[in-house]
Amino acid sequence: MSGINYTMIPLFVALPLTVSFLIMLLGNRVRWISDMLCTVVALALCLLSFYAVGVASGSGPLVYRMGGWLPPAGICLVLDSLSVFMLVIVNVITLIVTIYAINYMEQYTAKSKFYALFLLMLAGMNGVIVTGDMFNLFVFLEIGSIASYGLVAFGTEEEELEASFKYMIMGSIAGLFILLGIGLLYSYTSTLNMADMALVVSEKSGSKLIGFVSVLFLVGFGLKGALFPFHWWLPDAHPSAPAPISAMLSGLLIKALGVYALIRVFFSVLGATAFLPVAMVLGTMSMVIGVFLAVGQWDFKRLLAYHSISQVGYIMLGIGLGTPLGILGGLFHLFNHSMFKSLLFLNSGAVDYATGSRNLKELGGLRERMPVSASTSMVASMSIAGLPPFNGFWSKLIIIIACVDAGHPVYAAWAVVASIMTLASFMKVQKYVFFGELKEKFNAIKEVPFAMQFSMVFLAAICFLGGLLLVPAVSGDFLQSAADTVANGTEYAKMVFQSLQ
Amino acid sequence: MNKEPGMTVIVKTVTRLTVGIILMYGIYIVMHGHLSPGGGFAGGVIIALSFVHLMLAYGKEVAFKKLSMPVASVLESMGAILFISVAFLGLVGGYFFFHTLGKGEPFSLLSAYMVLFSNIAISLKVGCGLFLVLITIALAGKEIKK
Repeated sequence: MSGINYTMIPLFVALPLTVSFLIMLLGNRVRWISDMLCTVVALALCLLSFYAVGVASGSGPLVYRMGGWLPPAGICLVLDSLSVFMLVIVNVITLIVTIYAINYMEQYTAKSKFYALFLLMLAGMNGVIVTGDMFNLFVFLEIGSIASYGLVAFGTEEEELEASFKYMIMGSIAGLFILLGIGLLYSYTSTLNMADMALVVSEKSGSKLIGFVSVLFLVGFGLKGALFPFHWWLPDAHPSAPAPISAMLSGLLIKALGVYALIRVFFSVLGATAFLPVAMVLGTMSMVIGVFLAVGQWDFKRLLAYHSISQVGYIMLGIGLGTPLGILGGLFHLFNHSMFKSLLFLNSGAVDYATGSRNLKELGGLRERMPVSASTSMVASMSIAGLPPFNGFWSKLIIIIACVDAGHPVYAAWAVVASIMTLASFMKVQKYVFFGELKEKFNAIKEVPFAMQFSMVFLAAICFLGGLLLVPAVSGDFLQSAADTVANGTEYAKMVFQSLQ
Repeated sequence: MNKEPGMTVIVKTVTRLTVGIILMYGIYIVMHGHLSPGGGFAGGVIIALSFVHLMLAYGKEVAFKKLSMPVASVLESMGAILFISVAFLGLVGGYFFFHTLGKGEPFSLLSAYMVLFSNIAISLKVGCGLFLVLITIALAGKEIKK
């Protein structure tokens, strides 16, 4: 039961935690060490997550017994295809954002504290993804959230503190809903292990409690994931953070803590099909309302934040269809959105770094002075708007086809409308920031440093090539098997107990 | 009137008598975490409260002489690193957090070393962390009043 394949599973949580505290200890004393340690650990985790793809596809889910205790008594970590899929997304983006932050965070003091919180947030996200225990999920959720409250307020200006406070209140309320749900579920099933819980729930069918718990989880995880009626903290919180953190929050945190946890709990544990139509309706509403709110924004990052709400709507619409194609589309859009939304936030950070402004009305003509940022943001804009051949096109196409296929043409129509509005609002971004006349006061600006350019170009390449994930030879072990894991629902429990024997 | 910082002479005298006992009691709770109720968290809180007690009675300068903020910060990080090292030590036995260093015996202080070390690590983290939190609140409150 040991060996590298198993031992790597707790490392996804333990490594960032260890390095985070090491940075707290050493970061103030040695200047370069926090940059170096954070980059090294991000690179190591990125490679480990790639290695995990091969491992998980070979032999079904791997179950790691923490401390050697056998589940359901002990806590276990489960590495199945869905977890691996999320781990790759999280750790790739983290690596790129870390490289970007080396230069970007020079503007702030206390860079080592930034890295410590950053790694704590990463540990929280990885923990939520690999855990197989319900209460453990809550603990990691709070680790990730609390680190992100600190990071949103990192600039400690009045506006940032206000956004962070609002975010903290909403996050705590979400945490309370989730904790109450877990408590009720624990009293109902007498177990906290997810696989065991799934077995007990499927045996004791017909209780009204499951419906109540589902609502609690929908509100809790919906708040974390900024689904429509619970979305309004996001446009304040995400733009207030430093750009690398905005990229992490919008690209990863709302997905790992919100969407992934929602999928895991509803599909793998509760097996609740009644939730699917609700997810579709809420998804469509956030998709449309998010994008309509976004079009009118003049703050670059705030506009992007509203688009996060809209794109999470696409993901939930795809997942909510419940058909294999819909789930595939939803997960694929999750991957794509992580890539292009992180890239867009990094672009906005580059513009902010060079000009000191995020107001669309003040900017203009930056294409001449910042060719790399302009081209990469063009790629990202076309991806998010769903223009072929970029990755966003393929996932939106699959979601729309899946809607029509499942007999919901109205939802498909709304998805098209939201996509056209997305295109409109990103044409606005391109026109006001990168095209048009260069203002005189920006004559002296320069392109951002190399590390920042490198991360943006890397993400743009993924946006360009992302469509290749649909090719069966590429996606078989990665995207397709993750979608199968979700579609199989409570088969999860059987697979976990099988691999324990 | 008493110009020096802190509270009245009665409080100071009582504090002088009790603060050491409180600290000792905290350490006792930590060390006997694997034998009796309590453990790292509860003991850590009591240890922190002994320093906070000192701060309330004598003013923060006296408390800082015993435990300054940089030292508390380092100890806090050390606690976290010690705890995760204990977890990594478990890998020797094959699992993360595996209990490797001997089993516990009833009523024997020096047994179950993994639990003992975990408790000490947690008490460092909790004690110093709580002390820093309370100090920060006290200092921030002063600044706002000014």
